Amino acid sequence: MATEERTGVRGATRAEIEARTLREDRWWLSPLVTFVVFGAFVIYATVRAFMGRDYYASPYLSPFYSPCLGDCVEGASDFGQPFKAWPLSAALIILIFPLGFRMTCYYYRKAYYRAFWLSPPACAVAEPHSAYSGETRFPLILQNLHRWFWYAALVIACVLTFDVVLAFRNAEHEWGHMGLGTVLMLVNVVYIWLYTLSCHSCRHAVGGRLRHFSKHPVRYRLWTWVSGLNANHARYAWISLFSVALVDLYIWLLAMGVIEDVRFF
Amino acid sequence: MGYDLKMRIWRGDQSGGDLQDYTVEVSEGEVVLDAIHRLQATQSGDLAVRWNCKAGKCGSCSAEINGRPRLLCMTRLSDFDQTETITVTPMRAFPVIRDLVTDVSFNYEKARELPSFQPQPRDADGKRRMMQVDVERGQEFRKCIECFLCQDTCHVVRDHEDNKPAFAGPRFFLRYAELDMHPLDTHDRRALAQDAAGLGMCNITKCCTEVCPEGIRITDNAIIPMKERVVDRKFDPLVWLGSKIGVRNRDNDGRTDPRDPD
Ligand code: SF4
Ligand code: SF4
Ligand code: FES
Ligand code: FES
Repeated sequence: MATEERTGVRGATRAEIEARTLREDRWWLSPLVTFVVFGAFVIYATVRAFMGRDYYASPYLSPFYSPCLGDCVEGASDFGQPFKAWPLSAALIILIFPLGFRMTCYYYRKAYYRAFWLSPPACAVAEPHSAYSGETRFPLILQNLHRWFWYAALVIACVLTFDVVLAFRNAEHEWGHMGLGTVLMLVNVVYIWLYTLSCHSCRHAVGGRLRHFSKHPVRYRLWTWVSGLNANHARYAWISLFSVALVDLYIWLLAMGVIEDVRFF
Repeated sequence: MGYDLKMRIWRGDQSGGDLQDYTVEVSEGEVVLDAIHRLQATQSGDLAVRWNCKAGKCGSCSAEINGRPRLLCMTRLSDFDQTETITVTPMRAFPVIRDLVTDVSFNYEKARELPSFQPQPRDADGKRRMMQVDVERGQEFRKCIECFLCQDTCHVVRDHEDNKPAFAGPRFFLRYAELDMHPLDTHDRRALAQDAAGLGMCNITKCCTEVCPEGIRITDNAIIPMKERVVDRKFDPLVWLGSKIGVRNRDNDGRTDPRDPD
């Protein structure tokens, strides 16, 4: 193309090499997998969030609908129904919090900038955009609000933990029972907590922001512990994505009567 | 046991150039720089390559091998199949001088723009004191050998020449972070990191971390903490509210920003 811009790696002063990259390994595999899996999750979550039904199979409440603050089915609202007049699916009232949390997460940002925006698709592979301003302008400057979503995520994680406690009941809400759904919800909430506590903003808040660790021994210990979790943040991001979807799917199938809950006692 | 290695090496200068084919005898256990040295000695004496220590410590021999930014002296031939052709080019983010040698003065300009360490006055006995735990984070960053492979890989300048004036790059974000975390420094560089150094241009896609031969976790341990520190100062409503009602901001912690009016 005669009009193609001669910038970046093809700029006038750079070594003259036509190829966008000389990498021969399968650098495209990782962004492709991310694209497919995240894409599938987004579609699944959108469908489920807009459905507005089959999110409660007593005693299990889907994490997409928790806390259920709208006009929810009986037994699903443990925190009242302050938005009873809300005409749409109750998931949409609270979705902004987990969605905003994950969208502004440092790990997810890396993943979707690479896989969806190709900025860059992989290291040392030229990106297709001719201009770039990073996170300096609207809307991406809003990524800086991540820690506010993190505060909200702590509350949501507490609510989901409460849901797990409630899942130790039977369908008639009698205590001391447990089924496969309870186990799935328990595993899910563990990974939600690991994901939430391994967050970079958490690492910063508990101690990273300090300049004198020696004056704050307790926060230094906390920071050291969160730093350890933080090294696995990407893993927790992926696992918790799957576990949330799996719990929701299980409850969906239960609510539709496709499967029966496996009850242990 | 030697074998014949096929190589493609970029030859040329700013007026033009291309990849040229070579075959050179090498032995197992050698590194890419050995192969290039043998080429220089036996076939093409005018091949330009920059190197010094051959031990991964001087940071001179940065180049791109099969498209990946790496040190020539730390890339083993045994990482490749013996039948594979190894392609070596100069770093593609910087102006080329000749063959594998690039002009990395961009990085020195960025280093000069960064205000240096400004320690507090000495203690009464003429000494300075700090605790090991307080300087530990910065010590990871001191491992940097200034190979500038991170600067080369960073798409902000690699793919956008026009961003160079406004962007210091990952190697210097390390330095900003080191000083910002330093217990004795008195210069608050957070605003500077955000505005002049272009911290907001980085979209934390981690390529700098991927290529760093010293294994410094640049993005996780320097850039993201620096972004969080900027958020403390600029985007945290509680801090803003505190400053309005006169609560002392403890993040300033004995530091001042000469750019701030107050
Ligand atoms: S993480 Fe930031 S500084 Fe590092 S390569 Fe990516 S954009 Fe550049
Ligand atoms: S941070 Fe790592 S990649 Fe960057 S200049 Fe230093 S040693 Fe090289
Ligand atoms: S949740 Fe990923 S960085 Fe905060
Ligand atoms: S020659 Fe010194 S790092 Fe390679």
